[in-house]
Amino acid sequence: MRRVKVLTLVLLFAFLAACAVQTHPFGKPDQTFMDDYFIQNGQAETGSNNIVSSVVFDYRGFDTLGEASILFAAAMGVFLVLRRVEK
Amino acid sequence: MISLPFLAVMVIISIGLSAVIFRRNLVKIVMGTSIIASAINLFLVSLGYREGGVAPIFTGAPRLEMVLPTPQALTLTSIVIDLAVTAMMLSFAIIIYRHYGSLDSRKRRLRE
Amino acid sequence: MKRSSESGMSVIVRTVTCVAAIPVIIFGLYVIMHGHLTPGGGFAGGAIIATMTALFIVAEGGDAADRLGRGMLLTAESAGLVLFALLGFLGLRTTFFYNFLANTGSIFGTQVPFGPNPGYLNTAGVIPLMNLVVGLEVFAALSLVVIFMFSYRKEEQ
Repeated sequence: MRRVKVLTLVLLFAFLAACAVQTHPFGKPDQTFMDDYFIQNGQAETGSNNIVSSVVFDYRGFDTLGEASILFAAAMGVFLVLRRVEK
Repeated sequence: MISLPFLAVMVIISIGLSAVIFRRNLVKIVMGTSIIASAINLFLVSLGYREGGVAPIFTGAPRLEMVLPTPQALTLTSIVIDLAVTAMMLSFAIIIYRHYGSLDSRKRRLRE
Repeated sequence: MKRSSESGMSVIVRTVTCVAAIPVIIFGLYVIMHGHLTPGGGFAGGAIIATMTALFIVAEGGDAADRLGRGMLLTAESAGLVLFALLGFLGLRTTFFYNFLANTGSIFGTQVPFGPNPGYLNTAGVIPLMNLVVGLEVFAALSLVVIFMFSYRKEEQ
């Protein structure tokens, strides 16, 4: 049983190393058209100095709505699991 | 060949996977999952680096060549998701300890 | 002379916790409010304020988790999520989640010229309001998770 676990770990590490070789070199990203538009026009359209905040709350605000729902569901899940049911 | 940040990400993912596979205590398995999640966040942030770039904030910026802002926005969402998953796994571990009396994942409880 | 339960900490720790809570909460509110000028925003500021709940429970002992107000925190968390969805509906004349306050001259509507500048607080439209609402929700959710995990203790034996 232990040999199967070691073999699985070695196979997964070989797969991860093969993926790490094929990514772009560090510091030269491939397609930057969308981010160049955000840097050039983000300050004039939204009016905020922080471009990451304008991307999170204005250009991709729908993803932030889903993230807030996940946080709410996690708190509700912890409340419903750790509950004392009176007999 | 391989850039150093991506190699570090793969090593940390392997460390987290070995903690999930080889340990029998439930809390240590949860720790392994949290290590894998942190490595994924590091990978997302290091994908958007541009050589000679500064942070994408215009308040007191030294120059106008900036790194990509989109992977940093996705990392914010990923951190919150990892927090939710870890909280749920730990609450299940509390319930298992209260019901069965031990945190060992290899005890033959269901066959008694 | 020690009036707390058997798992609380000494008088010095409790006093220093009460004194150190004020700068930490003010710093968390500063990080939330300047989310459109400096790194940070709603999520980081909410997590900073939520550390005070955990510090309070550690200083006063595990029995103090039953005395904190859960109903108020549940109401604050639900109100945060509903207000965030409502802020998305307010700009529905153009699209969902449209920044209807930027560059207009209303509450947060001053225009910003292109290039590096010292930050002006009156800009960025609906983004500071979203930061406030999300900060409230993150603080309430993290405090509730900590309180519920501490309240589940053995009482039958």
